[in-house]
Amino acid sequence: MKVIIIDDEPLARSIVKEYLQSHTDVDIVAECNDGFEGMKAIQQYEPGLIFLDIQMPKINGFEMLELIENPPGVIFTTAFDEFAIKAFELNATDYLLKPFSKERFDKAMQKYLNHPVSAPSHSVIETAAKSVGQQNRIVVKDGNKIKIIPVNQIHYLEAADDYVKIVTAEGTFLKKRTMNFFEQSLSVYHFVRIHRSYIMNTQLLTRIDAYEKDSHIVLLTTGDKLPASKTGYVKLKGVLGI
Amino acid sequence: MANSILADKRLRFFFSAWWLVWMFIQYVILRQIHIDDKHAVIDSVVSNFLLAAICFFISNNMKYYLPRQEKYWYILVTSLTLSGIWMLLQHGTMWLIFREEDSYYNTIRSSWSIRYGAGFLLISSMSMFSLLWYSQREQKEMDARKSEAEHLTKEAELFKLRQQLQPHFLFNSLNSISALTGSQPEKARHMIQQLSDFLRGTLKKDDQQWNTMEEEIQYLRLYLDIEKVRFGHRLQTEIILNDVVLSCKLPALLLQPLVENAIKFGLYDTTGDVLITLKAAQENNYLKIMIQNPFDPETSQPLKGTGFGLSSVQRRLFLLFARHDLLNTQKNEGHFITTILIPQPK
Repeated sequence: MKVIIIDDEPLARSIVKEYLQSHTDVDIVAECNDGFEGMKAIQQYEPGLIFLDIQMPKINGFEMLELIENPPGVIFTTAFDEFAIKAFELNATDYLLKPFSKERFDKAMQKYLNHPVSAPSHSVIETAAKSVGQQNRIVVKDGNKIKIIPVNQIHYLEAADDYVKIVTAEGTFLKKRTMNFFEQSLSVYHFVRIHRSYIMNTQLLTRIDAYEKDSHIVLLTTGDKLPASKTGYVKLKGVLGI
Repeated sequence: MANSILADKRLRFFFSAWWLVWMFIQYVILRQIHIDDKHAVIDSVVSNFLLAAICFFISNNMKYYLPRQEKYWYILVTSLTLSGIWMLLQHGTMWLIFREEDSYYNTIRSSWSIRYGAGFLLISSMSMFSLLWYSQREQKEMDARKSEAEHLTKEAELFKLRQQLQPHFLFNSLNSISALTGSQPEKARHMIQQLSDFLRGTLKKDDQQWNTMEEEIQYLRLYLDIEKVRFGHRLQTEIILNDVVLSCKLPALLLQPLVENAIKFGLYDTTGDVLITLKAAQENNYLKIMIQNPFDPETSQPLKGTGFGLSSVQRRLFLLFARHDLLNTQKNEGHFITTILIPQPK
């Protein structure tokens, strides 16, 4: 079985390695310092199981999982006990609190071998990722790279089949997620869903023009023009307080 | 419960002296209207003694019951009443002493209005004085309690601020030790030593709330050594200071959270090697400390990255110096710089 260890502390990785020595059928194919390396390694080796720290450079463990199409089995290893519930909502095999004993580690391994877990749903992962902090950003995959988009740099979002297009000054990024999800999670950052297919950053609003019956056109400082439906227009007015 | 006025030695002396003076005055007045020596002495002693007793009574009474509303009416009414009672007691006593001598007893009876007036004056002064004394006393106690409570809250808050940063660091360090135990037991033992010294420093009582920079740097090095074991080659540190600075004073455990914040910020916001630089210098009457860490200007949020570490230090500085301008942050070409100023005690 292929295994990857992802942790930013070398000694934390070494203890997992040490504990794995007694599991003869395990092959450690990679050790990673952060989520970027982790994601690449997972795509490259397609392991059955990963050991994943949560607090890591740049993107946290949850955010990394979010970027992976078919996540492998996950055993979280962390000193933070406050994320345990989230981890189990993610169908994580186990959650090891550092420092953990060999017995506890073996139990987690046994648990994985008995029930190699099915992948959790993406929306659950995303909710978990947001709980770690740094909620004011969205992590997307851009080709082989990982892009971190601060929420305030988003101009608007547009529905595109199974994906949502995230439009920023640097370009457009795709994320496999529903409009409803973004409508809810971005509402605290002054984003409003003005149309079935559009969510706008209200801080970029310059003008609202009437257009045909019951609908409006919204103008952004970036020059973009977006349609607003009747209910969307009402929502927008509510948020702006007019 | 407040002590009574007469528990105070000085006031007790003054109280006695006061009545002796009154006795003397009354004696002189009686002599002036041609009362003989014996009668004058007895009269002034008896009536002043009774009056003193009544004054003592009213003053003591206020120890248990301090009027809050209508206090001036209270004084007026009680003084009028007590003056009346005093008159009765005085007449009774005099009658017992002088009932054989009609002439002197009559003198007393004919002077009742003057006596009543004098009695009322003294009793009301005494009650007024007691009222003020006890009120002031109560106020003082209340102020003392209040400042004590404020002091305790402040202490508790400071204590909490100092403690708050520990658990994750502690558990991750223990995990590193656990890892070293198998492969490099000597190193593990060394790290346990360092961690213990560090924790002992954290737990130190605050009877030494101020430390020298030398002590704090020593303590900081312990912390940095532990962090370097954890993060390996990724973390490098640089401390730049001269000997003058070593004797400067600063509040205990203020430096470490700042550095911890810089390390976290540096390590979690970038993926490469991280160099943390600490520079300290004395400027005018201040100890100036700058701590620098790298960050990624593209992904970190516009000046929200101050984090918990800094806000708690800021709060501590405010509690200690009542100033908000002692901690500053700036961003400069991928470097985040935190500067603190510590006013030096004169």
